[in-house]
Amino acid sequence: MTFAVFVVLFTAMTLAFEGFGTPLSSCYLLISYAHVGILAMGMTFVILSGGIDLSVGTVLAFTTVFIAKAVSVWGLSPWVAIPVALFLGAGFGGGMGFLIHQYKMPPFLVTLAGMFLARGLAFVVNIETISLSEHPFFRAVSSWKLYLAPASFTPRPFLKAEAIIFLVLVVFCLYLAHMRRFGRTVYAIGGSESSATLMGLKVARTKILVYAFSGFCAALAGVAFTFLNTAGKANMGIGWELDAIAAVVIGGTLLTGGSGYVLGTFLGVLIYGSIMTGVGDYSNLGSAGQRISIGVLLLLFILVQGLLPGAGKTRSS
Amino acid sequence: MMTAAGLLVLSGCGGGGDDASSSRPAESASKIKVGFSQIGAESDWRVAETASIKAEASSRGVDLRFSDAQGKKENQIRALRNFITQGVDAVILAPVDSTGWDPVLEEVKDAGIPVILVDRGIETTDDSLYNTLIASDFTEEGRMAGRWLAEKTGGDAKIIQLEGSPGADPAIERKNGFEEVVDQHDGMQIIASQTGDFNQEKGQEVMEALMQQYGDQVTAVYAHNDNMALGAIQAIKDAGRKPGEEILVISIDAVRSAFEAMQAGELNCTVECNPLLGPMAFDAVERILAGEEIEKQTVVQDQLFDREGITEEIVASRQY
Repeated sequence: MTFAVFVVLFTAMTLAFEGFGTPLSSCYLLISYAHVGILAMGMTFVILSGGIDLSVGTVLAFTTVFIAKAVSVWGLSPWVAIPVALFLGAGFGGGMGFLIHQYKMPPFLVTLAGMFLARGLAFVVNIETISLSEHPFFRAVSSWKLYLAPASFTPRPFLKAEAIIFLVLVVFCLYLAHMRRFGRTVYAIGGSESSATLMGLKVARTKILVYAFSGFCAALAGVAFTFLNTAGKANMGIGWELDAIAAVVIGGTLLTGGSGYVLGTFLGVLIYGSIMTGVGDYSNLGSAGQRISIGVLLLLFILVQGLLPGAGKTRSS
Repeated sequence: MMTAAGLLVLSGCGGGGDDASSSRPAESASKIKVGFSQIGAESDWRVAETASIKAEASSRGVDLRFSDAQGKKENQIRALRNFITQGVDAVILAPVDSTGWDPVLEEVKDAGIPVILVDRGIETTDDSLYNTLIASDFTEEGRMAGRWLAEKTGGDAKIIQLEGSPGADPAIERKNGFEEVVDQHDGMQIIASQTGDFNQEKGQEVMEALMQQYGDQVTAVYAHNDNMALGAIQAIKDAGRKPGEEILVISIDAVRSAFEAMQAGELNCTVECNPLLGPMAFDAVERILAGEEIEKQTVVQDQLFDREGITEEIVASRQY
């Protein structure tokens, strides 16, 4: 099971690497991969429905530069700019969802086109990077810490805004997937869209909503990222859709749809983040060694997951 | 399990950690531990910089923790945080871009860890977030290239500019410095300017496209680094023209492959940007840890190499 795989990986790295596995470094894992996690949450529903969304990385980039420009150049308050950005992300996703469903176009192609479109729009908003470090709201939020232990406990672990947003979203997605009709319909569509339609489920609305939710998560990840890196950069986030998809797949969700768990994705984010962090920052390998190790480890984990008993368990709807 | 075994082997290769339970060993008893967050390995220059820092760490007995961010900002932010958890005494950072560093540098500062910036600067609201910057004067490099071109062409040139990575200090300043000189000469004009991201493949790709559009007008190509220039040289050759003769090619960095291109007559000149920052970086580390006051910025001196002046000895003496 994904959880067992995570435990083994985490334990092995904690034993191998000094500084890994401490409360503080675990917090850093959540903080550093919050934006990938938020993308992966939206991606989970899309993949469960049998689709894919390649646009999330560039929508994230668009969101950062949109918010930065709105707040620094157009003089809007962040309390206005952020909701508008989230709405734009959802609308963009919904638009793609509409095209995918209404015209029966392959999600891969539509969202690929969306990826280029969002990147282009990001460059239209602003080509150069806009710094948010001077803005009081972003300074305050980006340095805010939620301490998890008294000051006497060193090194003192803490969470930051982006990690809180991620964790709240995970809880929300658990609720959405398991306690709302939306979630059940998503699984049904992923299992068999024609059967779902014949059963009278609201397939059209759900499919569009799934992409709208993914767009919303992409924008939310963009917001979270402005707290991590206080700047709006149109060129940011190249390849992040792959990170999100990787986390979803590592978490046990099948790319064919209909099978997988939100909690699986959460673990997938932790596993993916642990591999990247362990190899990238703790292993002290050179440039080539790091890339090779990441590839090898990812392969090993997919293999191990396929071979474990209980793997590939589907959620019947 | 296979995976656990795999990981333990990896940690063996890398020499990662000795003791899982300690968080910060006593400074007097063990070696200095320094975390180096490097951008990636996208150019010869970058690889030479990394080699210099690693070699210097090894010769000074410093425990170096190396992180290659594969060109991604978020990986560098993550690396700095993980240096805090590994209990480093100092951080050396080559920043991939110049903005947005405040949140993580505040955390590093709160942990009491000094920061030495190498090869590029950052924009920040709070100067105290880094201790010192060791870099070349990129604007002057751009000016040196511009002045050479003005002299060589008598102030008359139609130039294609291949820019470095968007948002990177070297790219911004090499452009500014060069354009400062171009503006002083009416006959000099930049007819196209695009980013080649500091790497050879992209430089070639972009140049191929630009040759289609401006091939009959262009008389000179100015690339922000040698690797892009090499890509441009290939694109010019593919278009059936002679780089270095019909179309002048000038660049910055002075890596070995640039010297070879100059010997082949394809590159006209290159401005040195010394990547061997290891000695200066560790001098700074030692001075800061000893409690000394240190200059906010140390400028690395550069010189220009003209194709005409290249001899075998010069090429042989190049360390990178």
